Amino acid sequence: MDIENFKSGDEIAWCPGCGNFGLLNGIKKALVKINRPPKDILLVSGIGQAAKLPHYVKCNCFNGLHGRALPAAAAAKMANHKLTVIVTTGDGDCYGEGGNHFIHNIRRNVDITVVVHNNQIYGLTKGQASPTTDRGYVTGIQTRGVILEPFHALEVAITMGAGFVARSFSGEIDHVADMVNEAVAHQGFALVEVLQPCVSFNKKNTHQWYKERIYDVNKDGSFDPGDKIAAYVKAAEWDDKIPIGVIYRKKTESYEERSGLLGKMPIAEENIEDIDVTAVLEDFKV
Amino acid sequence: MGLECNIRVAGEAGQGMKTIGHVLAEMFVKAGYNVYSNMDYMSRIRGGNSYYQLRVSGKPVFAIREKTDIVIALDKESVALHEKSLNVDGIMVLDAARYGNKEMKANYLDVPLFDIAKGTGGAEIFVNAAACGVAAALTSVDHDFLEDTLKHVFKDKRSEMLESNLKTARKAYESVKPKKEICLPDINRSSEVGRYIMDGNDAIALGAIKAGCKFYSAYPMSPSTSIMSTVARYSDRYNIVVEQAEDEIAAINMVIGASFAGARSMTGTSGGGFALMGEGISLAGMTETPVVIVNAQRPAPATGLPTRTEQADLDLVIYAGHGEFARAVYAPGTAEEAYRLTIKAFETADRFQVPVIILTDQHLADSVRNIAGLNADDIKIKKHVITQADISGDPSGYKRYRITGSGISPRAVPSWIEDVMYVDSDEHTEEGHITEDADMRVKMVNKRSREKIELLMNVVEPPVTYNIAGSETVLVGFGSTYGAIREAAVRKDIGLVHLPQVWPFPSKELLSIVKGAKRVITVENNATAQLAGLIRRETPLRIDRSILKYDGRPFNVDMLMNEIKGL
Repeated sequence: MDIENFKSGDEIAWCPGCGNFGLLNGIKKALVKINRPPKDILLVSGIGQAAKLPHYVKCNCFNGLHGRALPAAAAAKMANHKLTVIVTTGDGDCYGEGGNHFIHNIRRNVDITVVVHNNQIYGLTKGQASPTTDRGYVTGIQTRGVILEPFHALEVAITMGAGFVARSFSGEIDHVADMVNEAVAHQGFALVEVLQPCVSFNKKNTHQWYKERIYDVNKDGSFDPGDKIAAYVKAAEWDDKIPIGVIYRKKTESYEERSGLLGKMPIAEENIEDIDVTAVLEDFKV
Repeated sequence: MGLECNIRVAGEAGQGMKTIGHVLAEMFVKAGYNVYSNMDYMSRIRGGNSYYQLRVSGKPVFAIREKTDIVIALDKESVALHEKSLNVDGIMVLDAARYGNKEMKANYLDVPLFDIAKGTGGAEIFVNAAACGVAAALTSVDHDFLEDTLKHVFKDKRSEMLESNLKTARKAYESVKPKKEICLPDINRSSEVGRYIMDGNDAIALGAIKAGCKFYSAYPMSPSTSIMSTVARYSDRYNIVVEQAEDEIAAINMVIGASFAGARSMTGTSGGGFALMGEGISLAGMTETPVVIVNAQRPAPATGLPTRTEQADLDLVIYAGHGEFARAVYAPGTAEEAYRLTIKAFETADRFQVPVIILTDQHLADSVRNIAGLNADDIKIKKHVITQADISGDPSGYKRYRITGSGISPRAVPSWIEDVMYVDSDEHTEEGHITEDADMRVKMVNKRSREKIELLMNVVEPPVTYNIAGSETVLVGFGSTYGAIREAAVRKDIGLVHLPQVWPFPSKELLSIVKGAKRVITVENNATAQLAGLIRRETPLRIDRSILKYDGRPFNVDMLMNEIKGL
């Protein structure tokens, strides 16, 4: 597979300079490395700018409702566990509208990769606070600055027992690709939060702002992503220094393994034409 | 004693009313009778007052009656609460010492139910076995039928458990036997009675399994939950994924995701959960993803009466979801119809790539009848999905939303063909990419709504009629009212039209059936006559009257006969 195999004919509708371009290139690079034909890959998204990404890749695409990418993606994987399923979602889509599904799909632990494009703002609805907007940031609605605590997604994911929790930055395309590849290789729910600027509406957390603060936590080998407490502390770092890389990693048993789905033919492929229920009916016989 | 016997066993939640009901229903069918039973229970785990009512007859029966011939009271409150339901010669069975009844009326039959349970069975919980013994003795059912039934019902329980049940039942049977008897109709035992006992929810579950449902996701909600548990019971045998969702929004989006990936999928809920699914149903309409959704209605608004019955979601299910798109809504009236229409629901959903809703309610969900069997042989089950061979000659590639002129874009499943597919909740091009083009918008709207509705009209489930020839008055109903209306429509001049499909509305079919009638009356378990409103919107028919019931309880034969007496 090379990058041309994943080229979509659809015209891109993002703002020039959007962080999503770095993400798109990173994901495409990761797909090349996965080395599966586009027909075996499914990208699932909800609503928002991140959710448009699947249209810009030649892969199967299910672009569903706002906040509801995770249930659709998990179920598609449960129906056909041979598919590689990747969700592209935003901070509003995944942590706001879809917050309940975020929590419960970590518990469910279906083998899907969730890439959260986190630009800390609502772009498509023109600049309101998102669940990850920094405290104090002024918007047209939060006129005296955001007074709500941001949603600490990585900490939540570690607490809930997600087996792969990573962060990346849209300005580091190779790093995005590496994190996505590692996430896909992990058996179970894998979270990759990618920090990205919103060039139109987030005047604080710019490309430069992130670039000055990020550092690769896996670089010198001093940090152990297998240590849950250390990972939790690392995930909470913000403001002056922001860690990127694999923050937490633990081998888990996926839903497919626990349920026994892995050992069976995908339910989607079952023959349904001549199902015999006479034996079931006998259970109701007097 | 007349042609039938109506038995009510009443007590607190937690006293095993459902088990008693099951044992009695099975016992009477074994003895050669027909049964119809329903549960009237409160939304609590312990306490309160619940009852199980069983109608036993020589003829097939389809509904409950107002009055009872035997009440077996398992607590003090039940005596006073259910006394008024007794016929003139009815019997009230009670444990006078236990309940402290000093004054014994002529129709009271004192049986030391709890002493028998404790003394013979070893614990008070066996009072339900004692109740079964009493019911069998009073109706002169041979004890062997009771014994066989207990052995069957408790076959998976520990042997001491079965032994205690058997001993307690026998003791109660023998202690009542010489005292009093209500003779059941002397029926010809060789006549064939339906040998299966089943409620509406089990029939839906079996229909789903038969139709090839491979993915069931739902959030537990009365009275829909037993569909999920019955599918779950057989999920290993049929390789079905049953996943309890975190909420109904997740459930509907999961069934859409699984269906998109190629598995026939279903969810079930009641009104509140269905309301949460609204946006998802619209997504199924937009993305043209087949899904089957059961709404087992209970009285609303909001939480309403969680364990009781109503038909007030008719308008909700027909119009649920924002925007315009085609759907079908089936409203079965019996277990047999529920089975058949569930299979038809999956076929319709797949063939036309639409959401299909099965509208049932607590009354049908929890009522048990003996039936001869289930049959849907007229419906061919087939995956309506294309393969690579179907599109290999086309150099332009696969387009999920191809405009074909027929209203149907051939549906493929990811990874089953060489090409990829794009599915979108935004308005989309034939390829499935987001578009705001006005011409494309019109084409897609036409396809999803107008063209598909026309196609759905060709496969309408026709109205079911009974006693209709020459009827001056026609009673029209949908769903669970079928049984009560059918039994009430015994007069030559009164007929029944039951609508197993309420959307798209079978206007032509209904008109041709009722054209000679003088009077059309709807019978509905709701307060605002939603069916009458629907008929007025969809046909030029005049609805003369609506017989409505919205106290959370189902219609019974007697009250309905009383309503139509003066006609």
